[in-house]
Amino acid sequence: MSYVAIADQHAHLHDPQTFITKYVWSQDHKVIAIQYMATAMAIGVVAIALSILMRLQLGFPDTFHFINPSNYYQFVSMHGMIMVIYLLTALFLGGFGNYLIPLMCGARDMVFPYLNMVSYWVYLLAVLVLVASFFVPGGPTGAGWTLYPPQAILEGTPGADLGITLMLVSLIIFIVGFTMGGLNYVVTVLQARCRGMTLMRMPLSVWGIFMATILALLAFPALLVSAIMMALDNHLGTSFFMPAIMSLGDQTVHKGGSPLLFQHLFWFFGHPEVYIVALPAFGIVSDLISTHARRHIFGYRMMVWAILAIGILSFVVWAHHMYVSGMNPYFGFFFATTTLIIAIPTALKVYNWVLTLWRGDVHLTLPMLFAIGFVFTFINGGLTGLFLGNVTVDVPLSDTLFVVAHFHMVMGVSPVLVVCGAIYHWYPKMTGRMMDESLGRLHFWLTLIGTYAIFLPMHYLGILGVPRRYFALGDTYFVPDSVESMNAAISIAAIVVAVAQLVFIFNLIWSLRYGKPAGPNPWRATTLEWQTPETPPRHGNWGPELPVVYRWAYEYGAPGNKEDFVPQNRPPDDHTAVAIGHGRNIG
Amino acid sequence: MAIAIVLILLVLGTVAFHVLNPWWFTPIASNWGTMDDTVNLTFWVTGAVFVGVNLFMAYAIVRYRHRKGVERRAEYEPEYRKLEWWLIGLTSVGVIAMLAPGLAVWAKFVTVPDDADVVEAVGQQWSWSFRLPGADGVLGAVDASLMSVANPFGMDPNDPRGRDDVLVPDAELHLPLDRPVKLLLRSKDVLHDFTVPEFRVKMDLVPGMVTFMWLTPTKPGQYEILCEELCGTGHFAMRGRVVVDDAAAYATWLAGQQTFAQIQARPAGDPVVGATAYAVCAACHGANAEGNQALNAPKLAGLPGWYLTRQLHNFKQGVRGGSPGDAIASQMAAITQPLDAATLDNVVAYVVTLPDVATPTTVRGDAEAGASRYTTCGYCHGARGQGSWSTNAPPLAGRSDWYLARQLNQFRQGHRGRHPQDFHGSQMARLSNVVPDGEPTADLLAYLNTLR
Repeated sequence: MSYVAIADQHAHLHDPQTFITKYVWSQDHKVIAIQYMATAMAIGVVAIALSILMRLQLGFPDTFHFINPSNYYQFVSMHGMIMVIYLLTALFLGGFGNYLIPLMCGARDMVFPYLNMVSYWVYLLAVLVLVASFFVPGGPTGAGWTLYPPQAILEGTPGADLGITLMLVSLIIFIVGFTMGGLNYVVTVLQARCRGMTLMRMPLSVWGIFMATILALLAFPALLVSAIMMALDNHLGTSFFMPAIMSLGDQTVHKGGSPLLFQHLFWFFGHPEVYIVALPAFGIVSDLISTHARRHIFGYRMMVWAILAIGILSFVVWAHHMYVSGMNPYFGFFFATTTLIIAIPTALKVYNWVLTLWRGDVHLTLPMLFAIGFVFTFINGGLTGLFLGNVTVDVPLSDTLFVVAHFHMVMGVSPVLVVCGAIYHWYPKMTGRMMDESLGRLHFWLTLIGTYAIFLPMHYLGILGVPRRYFALGDTYFVPDSVESMNAAISIAAIVVAVAQLVFIFNLIWSLRYGKPAGPNPWRATTLEWQTPETPPRHGNWGPELPVVYRWAYEYGAPGNKEDFVPQNRPPDDHTAVAIGHGRNIG
Repeated sequence: MAIAIVLILLVLGTVAFHVLNPWWFTPIASNWGTMDDTVNLTFWVTGAVFVGVNLFMAYAIVRYRHRKGVERRAEYEPEYRKLEWWLIGLTSVGVIAMLAPGLAVWAKFVTVPDDADVVEAVGQQWSWSFRLPGADGVLGAVDASLMSVANPFGMDPNDPRGRDDVLVPDAELHLPLDRPVKLLLRSKDVLHDFTVPEFRVKMDLVPGMVTFMWLTPTKPGQYEILCEELCGTGHFAMRGRVVVDDAAAYATWLAGQQTFAQIQARPAGDPVVGATAYAVCAACHGANAEGNQALNAPKLAGLPGWYLTRQLHNFKQGVRGGSPGDAIASQMAAITQPLDAATLDNVVAYVVTLPDVATPTTVRGDAEAGASRYTTCGYCHGARGQGSWSTNAPPLAGRSDWYLARQLNQFRQGHRGRHPQDFHGSQMARLSNVVPDGEPTADLLAYLNTLR
């Protein structure tokens, strides 16, 4: 049952005729993937700019007078929301999911190509609605990316009328678009794998994206309903999340609602969301490390089970974001326990990445550097998660800069390093050209060291007690002057990192024209996307025949072969691969 | 190779930074030292993993890196079941070592001692106030629909248990040393969070329900209360103070506070008596309280009673006008000295009856540019500059522009809003730099002149 006939529908694909159908209204998963990536990166640049505005204020208070508390909170909120949803989620699932799933599974396209196309355009609409909120009276919402009511829809918060409404509408549209794409990814993985591609032969990239998509399909509805309910509270005077309260001196119309209900719904989405970003990163980085260390991933089966375990557990840890939210404190026992249990499969993944390097033949290519950088930052961010997940330890650190440092390390810097490594890795397949090595190395070093310089000290400011989401500390009893100097230094590091990303974007564009020709398989990788007849692959991916898979995705360094890798689709009778039986216990 | 060296340097640098950086927990002032212990324990366990795994990774990179021209193959051994199970087992031990003490401390947190005193902390955009249960030990009923300028706590006047409740309108709470206290947390509007870093424990205030936490203050002193749950534009300026007193000092403080019954029983000011007393004020502020720029006396007509009362008391108590940099305010402070509270109430009662007349415009600026400058100000002072009792912000529309300009400067330069008891003034001082001196301020005032 590893494939079905649906996988080979080449006869039904109408090769696009015009520029418009080929590059704009395209149904080719590869074009859609690049559309997703380009859009996500464009809006990501906006989010980076917002973070620099925030850092200017925090590093140099009373210097930039165009930044005031209201627009500062708008910068904070939009930076967070864009990065988490519109950049990372869209890039990993819409971008890499689209590009890699059909190619790595040996399919001609997604199972529902038309829906796939619509998914992108709906996503673009969501982005445009989000951007529109910058230009409406009152500006975008300043409620924080968590959008907690009551404050999100009351006049004490910037953008409490149009801003928050557009934010909620944009989220609703995003979820609609994502659902179209997400169903596609799941069905394609389950139904359109080529002959021989059993689940336990799939590359971990596909596993990670597949599991993340399932999480997203289950988690986004919680966000969807909370967005709808909040919009109703705001415009129709319902009271889902609104108790009887006062707003700046006036009684509101609301009565009986529960702000905590929103938080539960939000984090029921929000925590799986962390893994929606993390699992694709886990999967992709496994493939980067394995390919460039010329060694099979260490403990493939365990890696798959760990992805499944993390995915399932991620639905029972959400209230660790709410230890000091005022929920029944007895919940703390349960959620601290589940949260620390999730550390075990996560730690195992880290061990296995490191153990893949061990006894490998480690090529320190650009993708490998980013992968190593990821392991380092992920260890750091994962370990600080053990502070915040353990209820008692969380309490003094909650709502301080320690939290900001933690989640930026673990779900900002770490996934972004994977994104960059993955782009350096697959760019040759997408474009037929290599990215520039020297610019890539400059980008890597500035990003790794720069981000660490930003976030390492930030943990300690949090331990001191510096709160997050403060426009200015001003005079605060317990805060010494050294904090101000550190904040200035952090801001400078942030600017350096932001500039480094411009180097990356320049490299992306420059290499399109001037990059060295890559050939079909520059990394000598085993997985199917590197075995396409053309590079970049054409619409339909494969020639007249679909590939047939004979082994797992990690046949690196197997003894008895002429080369140190054997592609998944090389038949066993091929004399270059006599010792194929070594992979027998896998798949 | 460079990456391995950098990894080693990052690990060593992280450890060095951990040891040498000047920032660590504030000195603890509560019974929750066990929380610090769990943090320290977690640092040891995770620190060991951080150093160990990263150094092993650096080792693997150095030892197994590919060298040009050297033909070598990676080891091919897909399954190391035993090693993986060992790693799972060891990780589980580490997790249990951190989790078990954490849960043990949490069990104490969820169990409030029976003899704990009860204090209610009330949060609102963007200030704190407090309520103590009084002699009966029980807090009276409150209701959001009853909150008003006359009853900011929303006390139910029909609940006899509330009559002896002690209402502390200012953002300063005193707590007795070494007595366990259960803090009930109530919000009047949005989410807030009661945080005193030296106490370690914190908890959100959730509108519609009452949340709680408990602690025992163990060190006398003054500690800053911070709101740590985003609550709108003024979030970062929502500060308060906890003062931990010995028993005698606490008793003195408590005796100086008023109960709900006492506040209700206070007679209202008499405008007729106040009219006579106002004669003194009229010399500078004008017979109709219209103000007099030549004498530096602002217009008073049109100001709400709650604002006038607070400022008069601030002047009298030296909370305002005590700064040597503000001679004009010192003058006013001296004038209020001989007046008793009843007289002040009467004067206020009279002034609020005076008609609000337009003031001449003395400042020129670009009102349109000023409108966007005003965005932040409007959150407290009202979208039309009308002021708000709930944010404790006076009206700005219809005020004398020269007076507003001077006050903004006094706030910026630290002559106003720096007295430790001036909680609302200090909030304005924190925000006074949002509009810088010079042209931006002129634009702002030009805009305010259009709002009358």
